[in-house]
Amino acid sequence: MYAQMVKATGKGVKTREQMDENERHFQDRIDNDIKIEAKDWMPEGYRKTLKRQISQHAHSEIVGQLPEGNWITRAPTLERKTILLAKVQDEAGHGLYLYCAAETLGISRDEMTEQLLSGKAKYSSIFNYPTLTWADMGAIGWLVDGAAIMNQVPLQYCSYGPYARAMVRICKEESFHQRQGFDIMNVLAKGSEAQKAMAQDALNRWWWPALMMFGPSDADSVHSAQSFAWNIKQNSNDELRQKFVDQTVPQAEFLGLNVPDSDLKWNDKKNGYDFGAINWDEFFAVIAGDGPCNKERLGARQKAWNDGAWFREALIVNAEKRAACKQAAE
Amino acid sequence: MSAQSQKNLQQYVLRLADNALIIGQRLSEWCGHAPALEEDIATANTALDLIGQARNWFAYASELDTDGRSEDQLALLRDERDYLNVLLVEQPNGDYGNTLMRQFIFDIWHFYLLEGLTRSADATISAIAEKSIKEVNYHVSRSSDLIIRLGNGTEESHGKLQEALNNLWRYSGELTLSDALDDEMLALGIGADLSGVERKFQAAITRGFHEASLVAPKIGYMQRGGKTGVHSESMGRLLAEMQVMQRSHPNLTW
Ligand SMILES: [Fe+2]
Ligand SMILES: [Fe+2]
Repeated sequence: MYAQMVKATGKGVKTREQMDENERHFQDRIDNDIKIEAKDWMPEGYRKTLKRQISQHAHSEIVGQLPEGNWITRAPTLERKTILLAKVQDEAGHGLYLYCAAETLGISRDEMTEQLLSGKAKYSSIFNYPTLTWADMGAIGWLVDGAAIMNQVPLQYCSYGPYARAMVRICKEESFHQRQGFDIMNVLAKGSEAQKAMAQDALNRWWWPALMMFGPSDADSVHSAQSFAWNIKQNSNDELRQKFVDQTVPQAEFLGLNVPDSDLKWNDKKNGYDFGAINWDEFFAVIAGDGPCNKERLGARQKAWNDGAWFREALIVNAEKRAACKQAAE
Repeated sequence: MSAQSQKNLQQYVLRLADNALIIGQRLSEWCGHAPALEEDIATANTALDLIGQARNWFAYASELDTDGRSEDQLALLRDERDYLNVLLVEQPNGDYGNTLMRQFIFDIWHFYLLEGLTRSADATISAIAEKSIKEVNYHVSRSSDLIIRLGNGTEESHGKLQEALNNLWRYSGELTLSDALDDEMLALGIGADLSGVERKFQAAITRGFHEASLVAPKIGYMQRGGKTGVHSESMGRLLAEMQVMQRSHPNLTW
Protein backbone atom coordinates (compact mmCIF):
# COMPACT_ATOMS: atom_id res chain seq x y z
CA MET A 1 0.00 0.00 0.00
CA TYR A 2 1.07 3.62 -0.18
CA ALA A 3 1.77 3.32 3.55
CA GLN A 4 3.26 -0.14 3.97
CA MET A 5 4.04 -1.81 7.26
CA VAL A 6 3.36 1.23 9.39
CA LYS A 7 3.93 -0.05 12.89
CA ALA A 8 1.57 1.45 15.39
CA THR A 9 3.41 2.35 18.54
CA GLY A 10 2.25 0.99 21.86
CA LYS A 11 2.26 -2.40 23.41
CA GLY A 12 -1.02 -3.77 22.26
CA VAL A 13 -4.48 -2.38 22.66
CA LYS A 14 -5.39 -1.21 26.13
CA THR A 15 -8.61 -2.38 27.73
CA ARG A 16 -11.03 0.29 28.95
CA GLU A 17 -9.88 -0.42 32.48
CA GLN A 18 -6.27 0.24 31.57
CA MET A 19 -7.12 3.58 29.96
CA ASP A 20 -7.01 6.87 31.81
CA GLU A 21 -9.88 9.30 31.49
CA ASN A 22 -8.48 11.11 28.44
CA GLU A 23 -7.86 7.86 26.66
CA ARG A 24 -11.33 6.58 27.43
CA HIS A 25 -12.93 9.75 26.16
CA PHE A 26 -10.78 9.59 23.03
CA GLN A 27 -11.66 5.96 22.37
CA ASP A 28 -15.35 6.70 22.89
CA ARG A 29 -15.25 9.35 20.21
CA ILE A 30 -13.61 6.94 17.81
CA ASP A 31 -16.10 4.21 18.63
CA ASN A 32 -18.94 6.66 18.03
CA ASP A 33 -17.47 7.75 14.70
CA ILE A 34 -16.77 11.29 15.83
CA LYS A 35 -13.75 12.64 13.96
CA ILE A 36 -10.62 13.55 15.87
CA GLU A 37 -9.42 17.02 14.89
CA ALA A 38 -5.94 18.54 15.10
CA LYS A 39 -6.58 20.46 18.31
CA ASP A 40 -8.21 17.57 20.14
CA TRP A 41 -6.38 15.59 22.77
CA MET A 42 -4.92 12.37 21.39
CA PRO A 43 -2.61 9.65 22.73
CA GLU A 44 1.02 10.18 21.73
CA GLY A 45 1.01 6.79 20.04
CA TYR A 46 -1.91 7.80 17.82
CA ARG A 47 -0.17 11.00 16.84
CA LYS A 48 3.11 9.25 16.13
CA THR A 49 1.56 6.44 14.14
CA LEU A 50 -0.50 8.81 12.03
CA LYS A 51 2.47 11.05 11.36
CA ARG A 52 4.31 8.02 10.06
CA GLN A 53 1.37 6.70 8.08
CA ILE A 54 0.35 9.97 6.46
CA SER A 55 3.87 11.10 5.66
CA GLN A 56 4.69 7.73 4.14
CA HIS A 57 1.55 8.03 2.07
CA ALA A 58 2.58 11.54 1.00
CA HIS A 59 6.09 10.41 0.09
CA SER A 60 4.59 7.66 -2.06
CA GLU A 61 2.58 10.22 -4.01
CA ILE A 62 5.69 12.32 -4.54
CA VAL A 63 8.05 9.52 -5.51
CA GLY A 64 5.16 8.07 -7.49
CA GLN A 65 5.45 10.97 -9.92
CA LEU A 66 8.75 9.63 -11.19
CA PRO A 67 7.95 6.29 -12.87
CA GLU A 68 5.14 7.87 -14.88
CA GLY A 69 6.93 11.17 -15.35
CA ASN A 70 9.44 9.03 -17.21
CA TRP A 71 6.98 8.68 -20.13
CA ILE A 72 5.37 12.12 -20.41
CA THR A 73 7.88 13.34 -22.97
CA ARG A 74 7.42 10.13 -24.98
CA ALA A 75 3.65 9.67 -24.90
CA PRO A 76 2.39 8.34 -28.24
CA THR A 77 -0.27 11.01 -28.87
CA LEU A 78 -0.89 14.55 -27.66
CA GLU A 79 -4.07 13.46 -25.94
CA ARG A 80 -2.26 10.73 -24.00
CA LYS A 81 0.47 13.20 -23.17
CA THR A 82 -1.97 15.63 -21.59
CA ILE A 83 -3.82 12.89 -19.71
CA LEU A 84 -0.58 11.53 -18.29
CA LEU A 85 0.75 14.97 -17.42
CA ALA A 86 -2.50 15.79 -15.63
CA LYS A 87 -2.35 12.49 -13.79
CA VAL A 88 1.17 13.03 -12.53
CA GLN A 89 0.17 16.55 -11.54
CA ASP A 90 -2.72 15.08 -9.54
CA GLU A 91 -0.25 12.87 -7.69
CA ALA A 92 1.80 15.92 -6.72
CA GLY A 93 -1.43 17.48 -5.49
CA HIS A 94 -2.16 14.36 -3.42
CA GLY A 95 1.28 14.68 -1.88
CA LEU A 96 0.51 18.28 -1.03
CA TYR A 97 -2.85 17.52 0.65
CA LEU A 98 -1.27 14.72 2.63
CA TYR A 99 1.72 16.76 3.78
CA CYS A 100 -0.78 19.39 4.94
CA ALA A 101 -2.76 16.73 6.80
CA ALA A 102 0.42 15.46 8.48
CA GLU A 103 1.46 19.02 9.39
CA THR A 104 -1.65 19.33 11.53
CA LEU A 105 -0.05 16.70 13.78
CA GLY A 106 2.98 18.88 14.46
CA ILE A 107 5.61 18.00 11.88
CA SER A 108 6.73 20.33 9.11
CA ARG A 109 6.90 19.47 5.44
CA ASP A 110 10.63 20.19 5.46
CA GLU A 111 11.15 17.71 8.30
CA MET A 112 9.20 15.07 6.42
CA THR A 113 11.18 15.78 3.27
CA GLU A 114 14.44 15.40 5.19
CA GLN A 115 13.22 12.03 6.46
CA LEU A 116 12.43 10.90 2.93
CA LEU A 117 15.71 12.09 1.48
CA SER A 118 17.82 10.58 4.25
CA GLY A 119 16.13 7.24 3.70
CA LYS A 120 14.64 7.28 7.20
CA ALA A 121 11.07 7.47 5.95
CA LYS A 122 9.77 4.91 3.49
CA TYR A 123 7.51 5.11 0.48
CA SER A 124 5.61 2.39 -1.35
CA SER A 125 7.75 -0.43 -2.73
CA ILE A 126 5.91 -0.29 -6.06
CA PHE A 127 7.59 2.90 -7.22
CA ASN A 128 10.99 1.23 -7.21
CA TYR A 129 10.17 -0.71 -10.35
CA PRO A 130 11.13 0.65 -13.79
CA THR A 131 8.69 1.85 -16.46
CA LEU A 132 10.04 0.27 -19.61
CA THR A 133 7.29 0.65 -22.20
CA TRP A 134 4.25 2.78 -22.85
CA ALA A 135 2.08 -0.11 -21.66
CA ASP A 136 3.49 0.43 -18.18
CA MET A 137 1.47 3.67 -18.07
CA GLY A 138 -1.62 1.54 -18.54
CA ALA A 139 -0.56 -1.10 -16.04
CA ILE A 140 0.27 1.46 -13.37
CA GLY A 141 -3.03 3.28 -13.67
CA TRP A 142 -5.01 0.08 -13.77
CA LEU A 143 -3.14 -1.95 -11.14
CA VAL A 144 -1.27 0.49 -8.93
CA ASP A 145 -3.94 3.16 -8.68
CA GLY A 146 -6.44 0.32 -8.49
CA ALA A 147 -4.64 -1.21 -5.52
CA ALA A 148 -4.25 2.18 -3.87
CA ILE A 149 -7.98 2.78 -4.08
CA MET A 150 -8.63 -0.46 -2.21
CA ASN A 151 -7.33 0.93 1.04
CA GLN A 152 -7.91 4.61 0.40
CA VAL A 153 -11.65 4.28 0.06
CA PRO A 154 -12.07 3.01 3.64
CA LEU A 155 -9.57 5.63 4.84
CA GLN A 156 -12.10 8.28 3.85
CA TYR A 157 -13.92 7.13 6.97
CA CYS A 158 -10.88 6.95 9.25
CA SER A 159 -10.90 8.65 12.64
CA TYR A 160 -8.56 11.53 11.93
CA GLY A 161 -10.50 14.38 10.29
CA PRO A 162 -7.74 16.01 8.21
CA TYR A 163 -6.61 12.62 6.86
CA ALA A 164 -10.14 11.48 6.09
CA ARG A 165 -10.92 14.73 4.25
CA ALA A 166 -7.70 14.54 2.22
CA MET A 167 -8.71 11.01 1.26
CA VAL A 168 -12.09 12.12 -0.04
CA ARG A 169 -10.46 14.48 -2.53
CA ILE A 170 -7.80 11.96 -3.44
CA CYS A 171 -10.14 9.03 -4.00
CA LYS A 172 -12.16 10.87 -6.63
CA GLU A 173 -9.03 11.43 -8.67
CA GLU A 174 -7.63 7.95 -8.10
CA SER A 175 -10.64 6.31 -9.65
CA PHE A 176 -10.18 8.51 -12.73
CA HIS A 177 -6.58 7.39 -12.88
CA GLN A 178 -7.58 3.79 -12.70
CA ARG A 179 -10.08 4.14 -15.52
CA GLN A 180 -7.55 5.99 -17.66
CA GLY A 181 -4.99 3.25 -17.06
CA PHE A 182 -7.50 0.58 -17.93
CA ASP A 183 -8.37 2.47 -21.09
CA ILE A 184 -4.70 2.50 -22.15
CA MET A 185 -4.58 -1.26 -21.60
CA ASN A 186 -7.84 -1.78 -23.45
CA VAL A 187 -6.63 0.07 -26.54
CA LEU A 188 -3.38 -1.91 -26.51
CA ALA A 189 -5.14 -5.21 -25.96
CA LYS A 190 -7.35 -4.54 -29.01
CA GLY A 191 -4.43 -3.23 -31.06
CA SER A 192 -1.66 -4.76 -33.14
CA GLU A 193 0.22 -7.92 -32.14
CA ALA A 194 3.06 -5.75 -30.91
CA GLN A 195 0.69 -3.68 -28.79
CA LYS A 196 -0.93 -6.78 -27.30
CA ALA A 197 2.48 -8.20 -26.46
CA MET A 198 3.41 -4.88 -24.86
CA ALA A 199 0.29 -4.98 -22.69
CA GLN A 200 0.88 -8.60 -21.66
CA ASP A 201 4.50 -7.89 -20.82
CA ALA A 202 3.47 -4.95 -18.65
CA LEU A 203 0.93 -7.10 -16.79
CA ASN A 204 3.59 -9.79 -16.30
CA ARG A 205 5.98 -7.30 -14.75
CA TRP A 206 3.50 -5.33 -12.62
CA TRP A 207 1.15 -8.03 -11.33
CA TRP A 208 3.26 -9.38 -8.48
CA PRO A 209 4.67 -6.02 -7.34
CA ALA A 210 1.05 -4.78 -7.26
CA LEU A 211 0.05 -7.64 -4.96
CA MET A 212 3.04 -6.85 -2.75
CA MET A 213 1.77 -3.29 -2.33
CA PHE A 214 -0.66 -4.52 0.32
CA GLY A 215 2.22 -5.67 2.49
CA PRO A 216 2.76 -9.00 4.23
CA SER A 217 0.00 -10.71 6.15
CA ASP A 218 -0.79 -8.71 9.27
CA ALA A 219 -3.90 -10.35 10.61
CA ASP A 220 -2.16 -11.35 13.82
CA SER A 221 -0.05 -8.25 14.27
CA VAL A 222 -0.28 -6.23 17.49
CA HIS A 223 0.38 -3.07 15.52
CA SER A 224 -2.57 -3.68 13.25
CA ALA A 225 -4.82 -4.41 16.22
CA GLN A 226 -3.96 -0.98 17.62
CA SER A 227 -4.52 0.71 14.25
CA PHE A 228 -7.88 -1.05 13.93
CA ALA A 229 -8.87 0.12 17.40
CA TRP A 230 -7.95 3.69 16.47
CA ASN A 231 -9.77 3.36 13.15
CA ILE A 232 -6.82 4.38 11.05
CA LYS A 233 -6.79 0.97 9.40
CA GLN A 234 -9.98 -0.84 8.51
CA ASN A 235 -8.99 -4.01 6.70
CA SER A 236 -6.17 -6.48 7.02
CA ASN A 237 -3.59 -6.58 4.24
CA ASP A 238 -4.76 -10.00 3.15
CA GLU A 239 -8.39 -8.93 2.98
CA LEU A 240 -7.53 -6.01 0.72
CA ARG A 241 -5.25 -8.11 -1.44
CA GLN A 242 -7.99 -10.70 -1.90
CA LYS A 243 -10.46 -7.99 -2.82
CA PHE A 244 -8.02 -6.60 -5.34
CA VAL A 245 -7.41 -9.98 -6.95
CA ASP A 246 -11.12 -10.72 -7.12
CA GLN A 247 -11.80 -7.40 -8.77
CA THR A 248 -8.86 -7.41 -11.15
CA VAL A 249 -8.81 -10.95 -12.56
CA PRO A 250 -12.13 -10.52 -14.43
CA GLN A 251 -10.81 -7.22 -15.81
CA ALA A 252 -7.73 -9.02 -17.14
CA GLU A 253 -10.02 -11.60 -18.71
CA PHE A 254 -12.04 -8.84 -20.32
CA LEU A 255 -8.81 -7.49 -21.79
CA GLY A 256 -7.84 -10.95 -23.02
CA LEU A 257 -4.63 -10.85 -21.01
CA ASN A 258 -3.21 -13.62 -18.86
CA VAL A 259 -2.55 -13.04 -15.19
CA PRO A 260 0.96 -14.43 -14.69
CA ASP A 261 0.05 -16.91 -11.95
CA SER A 262 -0.36 -20.61 -12.73
CA ASP A 263 -1.94 -21.21 -9.31
CA LEU A 264 -4.72 -18.75 -9.91
CA LYS A 265 -8.14 -20.38 -9.85
CA TRP A 266 -11.65 -19.62 -8.70
CA ASN A 267 -12.59 -21.07 -5.33
CA ASP A 268 -16.32 -21.52 -4.95
CA LYS A 269 -16.10 -22.14 -1.24
CA LYS A 270 -14.51 -18.83 -0.38
CA ASN A 271 -16.21 -17.07 -3.27
CA GLY A 272 -12.90 -15.67 -4.40
CA TYR A 273 -9.72 -16.55 -6.23
CA ASP A 274 -6.92 -18.66 -4.86
CA PHE A 275 -3.60 -17.32 -5.99
CA GLY A 276 0.05 -18.32 -5.85
CA ALA A 277 2.68 -17.53 -3.25
CA ILE A 278 4.14 -14.05 -3.21
CA ASN A 279 7.90 -13.67 -3.25
CA TRP A 280 8.30 -11.82 0.03
CA ASP A 281 12.09 -11.95 -0.23
CA GLU A 282 11.78 -9.63 -3.19
CA PHE A 283 9.45 -7.35 -1.27
CA PHE A 284 11.77 -7.04 1.72
CA ALA A 285 14.73 -6.45 -0.56
CA VAL A 286 12.90 -3.60 -2.29
CA ILE A 287 11.81 -2.12 1.05
CA ALA A 288 15.42 -2.34 2.28
CA GLY A 289 16.62 -0.31 -0.72
CA ASP A 290 17.61 -3.04 -3.13
CA GLY A 291 14.86 -2.76 -5.72
CA PRO A 292 15.69 -2.04 -9.35
CA CYS A 293 15.15 1.73 -9.07
CA ASN A 294 15.50 2.69 -5.39
CA LYS A 295 18.73 4.55 -6.08
CA GLU A 296 17.31 6.39 -9.08
CA ARG A 297 14.08 7.38 -7.34
CA LEU A 298 15.67 8.69 -4.19
CA GLY A 299 18.51 10.17 -6.23
CA ALA A 300 16.04 12.12 -8.36
CA ARG A 301 14.28 13.50 -5.29
CA GLN A 302 17.57 14.43 -3.65
CA LYS A 303 18.75 16.16 -6.80
CA ALA A 304 15.50 18.10 -7.16
CA TRP A 305 15.75 19.20 -3.54
CA ASN A 306 19.43 20.12 -3.62
CA ASP A 307 19.31 21.84 -7.01
CA GLY A 308 16.26 23.80 -5.89
CA ALA A 309 17.77 25.04 -2.62
CA TRP A 310 18.79 28.41 -4.10
CA PHE A 311 15.28 28.91 -5.45
CA ARG A 312 13.52 28.23 -2.17
CA GLU A 313 16.02 30.31 -0.23
CA ALA A 314 15.66 33.26 -2.62
CA LEU A 315 11.88 33.30 -2.23
CA ILE A 316 12.22 33.38 1.54
CA VAL A 317 14.81 36.16 1.44
CA ASN A 318 12.67 38.13 -0.97
CA ALA A 319 9.62 37.77 1.24
CA GLU A 320 11.64 39.07 4.19
CA LYS A 321 12.89 42.03 2.18
CA ARG A 322 9.33 42.86 1.14
CA ALA A 323 8.12 42.64 4.70
CA ALA A 324 10.95 44.93 5.82
CA CYS A 325 10.13 47.46 3.07
CA LYS A 326 6.51 47.43 4.04
CA GLN A 327 7.41 48.02 7.64
CA ALA A 328 9.75 50.89 6.74
CA ALA A 329 6.99 52.49 4.69
CA GLU A 330 4.53 52.42 7.55
CA MET B 1 -8.86 29.54 -51.17
CA SER B 2 -6.08 28.69 -53.64
CA ALA B 3 -3.91 25.69 -52.82
CA GLN B 4 -0.95 27.98 -52.24
CA SER B 5 -2.75 30.33 -49.87
CA GLN B 6 -4.15 27.36 -47.97
CA LYS B 7 -0.62 26.01 -47.61
CA ASN B 8 0.64 29.38 -46.41
CA LEU B 9 -2.15 29.69 -43.89
CA GLN B 10 -1.31 26.22 -42.62
CA GLN B 11 2.36 27.17 -42.28
CA TYR B 12 1.33 30.17 -40.23
CA VAL B 13 -0.87 28.03 -37.98
CA LEU B 14 1.87 25.43 -37.61
CA ARG B 15 4.22 28.09 -36.28
CA LEU B 16 1.71 28.80 -33.52
CA ALA B 17 1.15 25.10 -32.90
CA ASP B 18 4.84 24.27 -32.75
CA ASN B 19 5.68 27.12 -30.37
CA ALA B 20 3.09 25.93 -27.87
CA LEU B 21 3.94 22.25 -28.27
CA ILE B 22 7.70 22.54 -28.01
CA ILE B 23 7.76 24.80 -24.97
CA GLY B 24 5.11 22.57 -23.38
CA GLN B 25 7.31 19.55 -24.07
CA ARG B 26 10.29 21.26 -22.47
CA LEU B 27 8.27 22.24 -19.41
CA SER B 28 6.94 18.73 -18.99
CA GLU B 29 10.53 17.50 -18.58
CA TRP B 30 10.42 19.12 -15.13
CA CYS B 31 7.63 16.90 -13.93
CA GLY B 32 8.70 15.44 -10.57
CA HIS B 33 12.00 17.34 -10.52
CA ALA B 34 11.07 20.95 -9.70
CA PRO B 35 12.53 22.79 -6.66
CA ALA B 36 9.28 22.65 -4.67
CA LEU B 37 6.04 20.72 -4.83
CA GLU B 38 4.11 23.89 -5.70
CA GLU B 39 6.46 24.43 -8.64
CA ASP B 40 5.94 20.89 -9.87
CA ILE B 41 2.23 21.53 -9.90
CA ALA B 42 2.43 25.00 -11.44
CA THR B 43 4.88 23.98 -14.15
CA ALA B 44 2.74 21.00 -15.08
CA ASN B 45 -0.22 23.37 -15.22
CA THR B 46 1.49 25.71 -17.66
CA ALA B 47 2.66 22.75 -19.75
CA LEU B 48 -0.90 21.43 -19.83
CA ASP B 49 -2.28 24.78 -20.94
CA LEU B 50 0.27 25.11 -23.70
CA ILE B 51 -0.05 21.56 -25.01
CA GLY B 52 -3.82 22.05 -24.91
CA GLN B 53 -3.45 25.20 -27.00
CA ALA B 54 -1.12 23.35 -29.36
CA ARG B 55 -3.79 20.72 -29.87
CA ASN B 56 -6.27 23.38 -30.94
CA TRP B 57 -3.79 24.82 -33.43
CA PHE B 58 -2.90 21.35 -34.73
CA ALA B 59 -6.56 20.48 -35.18
CA TYR B 60 -6.89 23.53 -37.42
CA ALA B 61 -3.63 22.75 -39.23
CA SER B 62 -4.98 19.25 -39.82
CA GLU B 63 -8.15 20.70 -41.38
CA LEU B 64 -5.97 22.72 -43.70
CA ASP B 65 -3.73 19.79 -44.59
CA THR B 66 -3.94 18.74 -48.21
CA ASP B 67 -2.45 15.33 -47.37
CA GLY B 68 -5.11 14.72 -44.72
CA ARG B 69 -2.63 14.33 -41.85
CA SER B 70 -4.10 14.13 -38.36
CA GLU B 71 -3.27 16.27 -35.35
CA ASP B 72 -0.83 13.65 -34.09
CA GLN B 73 0.77 13.02 -37.45
CA LEU B 74 1.48 16.72 -37.74
CA ALA B 75 2.63 17.07 -34.15
CA LEU B 76 4.70 13.92 -33.89
CA LEU B 77 5.81 12.80 -37.33
CA ARG B 78 7.26 15.72 -39.25
CA ASP B 79 10.98 15.98 -39.88
CA GLU B 80 12.93 18.53 -37.94
CA ARG B 81 13.19 20.97 -40.85
CA ASP B 82 9.38 21.11 -41.00
CA TYR B 83 8.95 22.29 -37.42
CA LEU B 84 8.41 26.03 -37.43
CA ASN B 85 8.73 27.12 -33.79
CA VAL B 86 11.00 29.96 -32.76
CA LEU B 87 14.42 28.98 -31.41
CA LEU B 88 13.65 30.27 -27.92
CA VAL B 89 11.13 27.56 -27.07
CA GLU B 90 13.36 24.63 -27.92
CA GLN B 91 16.29 25.81 -25.77
CA PRO B 92 17.14 23.20 -23.12
CA ASN B 93 15.74 23.77 -19.65
CA GLY B 94 19.05 24.36 -17.89
CA ASP B 95 18.47 25.15 -14.23
CA TYR B 96 15.09 26.28 -12.93
CA GLY B 97 16.10 29.93 -13.26
CA ASN B 98 16.91 29.44 -16.92
CA THR B 99 13.57 27.74 -17.47
CA LEU B 100 11.74 30.60 -15.76
CA MET B 101 13.60 33.21 -17.80
CA ARG B 102 12.77 31.40 -21.03
CA GLN B 103 9.16 31.27 -19.89
CA PHE B 104 9.05 34.94 -18.93
CA ILE B 105 10.34 36.09 -22.32
CA PHE B 106 8.01 33.69 -24.09
CA ASP B 107 4.91 34.51 -22.03
CA ILE B 108 5.11 38.26 -22.58
CA TRP B 109 5.60 37.87 -26.30
CA HIS B 110 2.97 35.15 -26.50
CA PHE B 111 0.44 37.39 -24.78
CA TYR B 112 0.83 40.29 -27.23
CA LEU B 113 0.95 37.95 -30.19
CA LEU B 114 -2.32 36.33 -29.15
CA GLU B 115 -3.81 39.74 -28.43
CA GLY B 116 -3.13 40.62 -32.07
CA LEU B 117 -4.57 37.32 -33.25
CA THR B 118 -7.84 37.82 -31.39
CA ARG B 119 -8.55 40.38 -34.13
CA SER B 120 -7.72 37.93 -36.92
CA ALA B 121 -10.04 37.87 -39.93
CA ASP B 122 -9.81 34.10 -39.74
CA ALA B 123 -12.56 33.05 -37.35
CA THR B 124 -10.82 29.87 -36.18
CA ILE B 125 -7.60 31.71 -35.40
CA SER B 126 -9.34 34.48 -33.50
CA ALA B 127 -11.38 31.93 -31.52
CA ILE B 128 -8.32 29.90 -30.50
CA ALA B 129 -6.43 33.09 -29.63
CA GLU B 130 -9.35 34.32 -27.55
CA LYS B 131 -9.43 31.06 -25.63
CA SER B 132 -5.68 30.85 -25.15
CA ILE B 133 -5.07 34.41 -24.04
CA LYS B 134 -6.91 33.91 -20.77
CA GLU B 135 -4.47 31.17 -19.81
CA VAL B 136 -1.50 33.11 -21.09
CA ASN B 137 -2.51 36.13 -19.06
CA TYR B 138 -2.07 33.95 -16.01
CA HIS B 139 1.26 32.59 -17.29
CA VAL B 140 2.52 36.16 -17.61
CA SER B 141 1.59 37.08 -14.08
CA ARG B 142 3.15 33.92 -12.69
CA SER B 143 6.45 34.15 -14.53
CA SER B 144 6.74 37.93 -13.98
CA ASP B 145 6.14 37.51 -10.29
CA LEU B 146 8.79 34.81 -9.95
CA ILE B 147 11.35 36.68 -12.05
CA ILE B 148 10.90 39.80 -9.95
CA ARG B 149 11.12 37.90 -6.69
CA LEU B 150 14.16 35.88 -7.70
CA GLY B 151 15.88 38.90 -9.24
CA ASN B 152 15.49 40.58 -5.85
CA GLY B 153 16.16 37.50 -3.76
CA THR B 154 19.67 36.42 -2.89
CA GLU B 155 22.89 37.29 -4.68
CA GLU B 156 22.89 33.75 -6.02
CA SER B 157 19.35 33.90 -7.40
CA HIS B 158 20.02 37.28 -8.97
CA GLY B 159 23.20 35.90 -10.53
CA LYS B 160 21.44 32.85 -11.91
CA LEU B 161 18.70 34.92 -13.52
CA GLN B 162 21.12 37.40 -15.01
CA GLU B 163 23.12 34.53 -16.44
CA ALA B 164 19.95 33.00 -17.88
CA LEU B 165 19.04 36.33 -19.45
CA ASN B 166 22.53 36.67 -20.92
CA ASN B 167 22.15 33.19 -22.35
CA LEU B 168 18.64 33.55 -23.77
CA TRP B 169 18.26 37.13 -24.90
CA ARG B 170 19.86 36.40 -28.27
CA TYR B 171 16.75 34.36 -29.12
CA SER B 172 14.37 37.26 -28.45
CA GLY B 173 14.90 39.04 -31.77
CA GLU B 174 13.32 36.28 -33.80
CA LEU B 175 10.07 36.57 -31.85
CA THR B 176 9.07 39.81 -33.52
CA LEU B 177 11.01 39.58 -36.76
CA SER B 178 8.58 39.54 -39.70
CA ASP B 179 9.24 37.51 -42.80
CA ALA B 180 7.35 37.17 -46.07
CA LEU B 181 4.76 34.82 -44.53
CA ASP B 182 4.06 37.22 -41.65
CA ASP B 183 3.69 40.07 -44.11
CA GLU B 184 1.30 38.10 -46.28
CA MET B 185 -0.84 37.05 -43.32
CA LEU B 186 -0.89 40.61 -42.01
CA ALA B 187 -1.96 41.93 -45.42
CA LEU B 188 -4.83 39.43 -45.46
CA GLY B 189 -5.92 40.56 -41.98
CA ILE B 190 -5.21 37.07 -40.66
CA GLY B 191 -1.86 37.49 -38.95
CA ALA B 192 -0.72 39.71 -36.10
CA ASP B 193 1.16 42.93 -36.70
CA LEU B 194 4.59 42.00 -35.37
CA SER B 195 5.84 45.58 -35.24
CA GLY B 196 3.00 46.40 -32.87
CA VAL B 197 3.74 43.24 -30.88
CA GLU B 198 7.38 44.26 -30.72
CA ARG B 199 6.62 47.69 -29.26
CA LYS B 200 4.44 46.25 -26.53
CA PHE B 201 6.78 43.33 -25.88
CA GLN B 202 9.80 45.59 -25.49
CA ALA B 203 7.98 47.99 -23.20
CA ALA B 204 6.64 45.23 -20.95
CA ILE B 205 9.82 43.23 -20.78
CA THR B 206 11.98 46.28 -20.11
CA ARG B 207 9.69 47.13 -17.22
CA GLY B 208 9.91 43.54 -15.97
CA PHE B 209 13.71 43.44 -16.11
CA HIS B 210 13.90 46.77 -14.35
CA GLU B 211 11.67 45.56 -11.54
CA ALA B 212 13.72 42.37 -11.31
CA SER B 213 16.98 44.37 -11.16
CA LEU B 214 18.19 42.65 -14.31
CA VAL B 215 19.79 44.07 -17.44
CA ALA B 216 19.30 42.67 -20.91
CA PRO B 217 22.69 42.22 -22.57
CA LYS B 218 23.64 44.03 -25.75
CA ILE B 219 23.38 41.50 -28.56
CA GLY B 220 25.34 42.08 -31.76
CA TYR B 221 23.32 39.60 -33.78
CA MET B 222 20.04 38.02 -32.82
CA GLN B 223 19.72 34.30 -33.62
CA ARG B 224 17.05 33.34 -36.09
CA GLY B 225 15.95 30.37 -38.16
CA GLY B 226 13.38 28.41 -36.21
CA LYS B 227 10.43 29.96 -38.05
CA THR B 228 11.76 28.53 -41.28
CA GLY B 229 12.79 25.20 -39.79
CA VAL B 230 16.47 25.83 -39.14
CA HIS B 231 16.83 24.83 -35.50
CA SER B 232 19.42 24.48 -32.74
CA GLU B 233 21.27 21.21 -32.26
CA SER B 234 19.20 20.33 -29.21
CA MET B 235 16.01 20.22 -31.29
CA GLY B 236 16.90 16.89 -32.87
CA ARG B 237 17.12 15.18 -29.50
CA LEU B 238 13.92 16.77 -28.29
CA LEU B 239 12.16 15.39 -31.37
CA ALA B 240 13.80 11.98 -31.10
CA GLU B 241 12.33 11.64 -27.64
CA MET B 242 8.95 13.14 -28.44
CA GLN B 243 8.48 11.13 -31.64
CA VAL B 244 9.82 7.77 -30.56
CA MET B 245 6.48 5.98 -30.24
CA GLN B 246 5.05 7.25 -33.51
CA ARG B 247 8.31 6.49 -35.33
CA SER B 248 8.80 3.01 -33.95
CA HIS B 249 5.13 1.96 -34.17
CA PRO B 250 3.62 3.89 -37.06
CA ASN B 251 -0.09 3.95 -37.97
CA LEU B 252 -1.48 2.58 -34.73
CA THR B 253 -4.14 3.74 -32.33
CA TRP B 254 -3.08 4.50 -28.77
FE1 LIG C 1 -2.40 9.58 -5.80
FE1 LIG D 1 -3.27 8.16 -8.78
